[in-house]
Amino acid sequence: MSVFPYLVAGWILLAGLYGLVTSRNLVQAVGCLAVAQSSTYVLLLAVGYRSGATAPVYSDLPTDAPVVDPVVQALALTDIVVGATVTALLLSLVIQLRKRHGTVDPEELTGLRG
Amino acid sequence: MRTADLLPLAVAIPLLGAAVLAVAGRWLPRRGRDALATLWAAADVVCLCALWARTGSDGRAVSWLGDWTPTGGHSVGIVLVADRIGSGLALLVTVLVLAVLCYSWRYFDEPSGEHGGMFPALLLLFEAGMCGFALTGDLFDAFVFFELMGAVAYALTGYRIEDPRPLQGALAFGLVNSAAAYLSLVGIGLLYARTGELGLAQIGAALDERAAAGHGRDALVVIAFVLVLAGPLVKAAAAPFHFWLPDAHAVAPSPVCMLLSGVMVELGLYGVARIHRVVFAGAGGLPDAVVRDTLLAVGVVTALVGAAMCWEQRHLKRMLAFSTVGHVGLFLIGAALLDPAGLSGAAVYVAGHAGAKAALFGLTGVLLDRYGSVDEHGLHGRARELRLPGVLFVLGALALAGLPPYGTGLGKAVAEEAAGRELGWLPVVFVLVSALTGGAVLRAGLRVFGGFGLPPIERPEVAATTGEGEGPEIRPAEGRVPKPMVVVPALLLAGCLSVGVLPGVGRALASAAAAFTDRAGYLADVLGHPGPPPAPAPEAWWTASGVGLGLLSALLAVAFATAAVRRDPRRGTGGLYRRAVLPLRRLHSGLLGDYVAWLAVGLAAMLVTLMAQL
Repeated sequence: MSVFPYLVAGWILLAGLYGLVTSRNLVQAVGCLAVAQSSTYVLLLAVGYRSGATAPVYSDLPTDAPVVDPVVQALALTDIVVGATVTALLLSLVIQLRKRHGTVDPEELTGLRG
Repeated sequence: MRTADLLPLAVAIPLLGAAVLAVAGRWLPRRGRDALATLWAAADVVCLCALWARTGSDGRAVSWLGDWTPTGGHSVGIVLVADRIGSGLALLVTVLVLAVLCYSWRYFDEPSGEHGGMFPALLLLFEAGMCGFALTGDLFDAFVFFELMGAVAYALTGYRIEDPRPLQGALAFGLVNSAAAYLSLVGIGLLYARTGELGLAQIGAALDERAAAGHGRDALVVIAFVLVLAGPLVKAAAAPFHFWLPDAHAVAPSPVCMLLSGVMVELGLYGVARIHRVVFAGAGGLPDAVVRDTLLAVGVVTALVGAAMCWEQRHLKRMLAFSTVGHVGLFLIGAALLDPAGLSGAAVYVAGHAGAKAALFGLTGVLLDRYGSVDEHGLHGRARELRLPGVLFVLGALALAGLPPYGTGLGKAVAEEAAGRELGWLPVVFVLVSALTGGAVLRAGLRVFGGFGLPPIERPEVAATTGEGEGPEIRPAEGRVPKPMVVVPALLLAGCLSVGVLPGVGRALASAAAAFTDRAGYLADVLGHPGPPPAPAPEAWWTASGVGLGLLSALLAVAFATAAVRRDPRRGTGGLYRRAVLPLRRLHSGLLGDYVAWLAVGLAAMLVTLMAQL
């Protein structure tokens, strides 16, 4: 198993965090959070990968056929559901902010400091 | 019914209640919705009481969902585990949710029709997430429950969408917490790659087996440790991951603050202690001494930052939020000692603090209701008419300061004594932080409810969050303060008092703490093989030095508060203040990017510190 997928996962995670730190637009910031999260998909699938194996669906496979780890796929699916919920909720907050306050720039929100 | 069946029920009851309320709330009148929600919360309290009573002081209830029990020490099932620290924390959650639901009977002009019943439904959903997090024995499930309680908390924080500040607070809360949760998930993935397990006990056992086979600890385990703890540490608002907390608590509706400060933040701490203890405290994890030093340092910094910032605030809810940061630092010091004595101190402290802090947030909600402001300066002397809330507020401030015989005082005394055995100067931190946070709240109480001293002068050179211009959260005042809004805080304060007065509470929590630190027993109970006999429980009761230091911190709090109130407002500030406190205040910039940067820097620093010590 090559180390390449793990490096890709780390890179995506850092890119997402970098975006969160530097973003001047809250829609983009929520997007960056989703990017950071997608690194976990890559990582989980890389963890469960076996070369030469197939999808873990046994309906048309012999029971001793090599398959990739089904647990990480369940984890990734759950992860996607969680991520979709959080992203949708945060985006709806941003939309309300734009409607009521007329800005999506985090630097213009100075109501809370000190 | 078997004891184990109560575990999934504790999570299922509020989940079901949330669904029923969301549907039935469209047709029911306001009173019907409140009654339904209260009954549902009471049912969960009964369930958790039964669980607490049935798991003995050193026992654990283990429930394999769908009966996927382990065979030969291995299982593909998902496990819920309750020892008394877990079930006690879940019980605290349900009691506080019940209190908050009663408090909000007359709170909020809730929308009726299609969105009726949404607020109590969200509270029940929040309860389900928190109970699940307290009772899970599976690392991935812990992540899912973490995100469930997180997502509901973001929604509850931004509940008043007509105001921009709650939205800003909810966004900072959501982005920082979820980013940390995904870092935790990366750590969980790394642990799964290494061990092929997801259960806490199974990962711990697998790491130990690897260590026994000669594959010792390596960089991957240390990195996984830091990443997995990222989520709980952010939730626990440990410095420098605490920036989101004051922003969210300052703007969330007061009943929600009671839950956020009273128990959600403490659940983060519970996550840190539980994950470290079960997964990483064995031969395949990290040495205790290294973890102890690192977490102690984090705890001391958190406590001091929280106390200093608390003293500086004029926005009452933000002041209470920073006091939570300070106290979480103290809990973290107690838990970081990694022995039963420190942990039992932290447990008693958390129970007492939940009552006191929730009561104070509830009383602040009364101010917000009557005057549409939570600004210490703007409200100067205006709340003289509120006699009983004023008395309760001062009592709550003294409880925060650790006055015996409050539960906060007992927790402080026990944790302090354990900390003093580890490092002689740690009790000074306890006394100072209790005195500063209690003193700040007392100062605000004297000014707002008593009108003492001269009103402070505005200092525009300091960027501060004022508490002016907050919309009242409920319908216009009808002359009298609604009864539940005073009765519930009074009961919560009585609860805080009872933790310190009833000897049974301290004793039960002490033996629970001994069982919590018994890692071999936890692994044996979950994996189904015979374990060692339980460790003896430490003593958790008042000692002469504990009472003395509690009185000292309460006296110091009174001295700080009277000095601040009597101080001539025209006098300037000293050079030390300008050099030390102003930069600290400027760090709390309110900018989302800064918070995420602190998250990354803090984790990197933790990783480097741990690596350097190994």
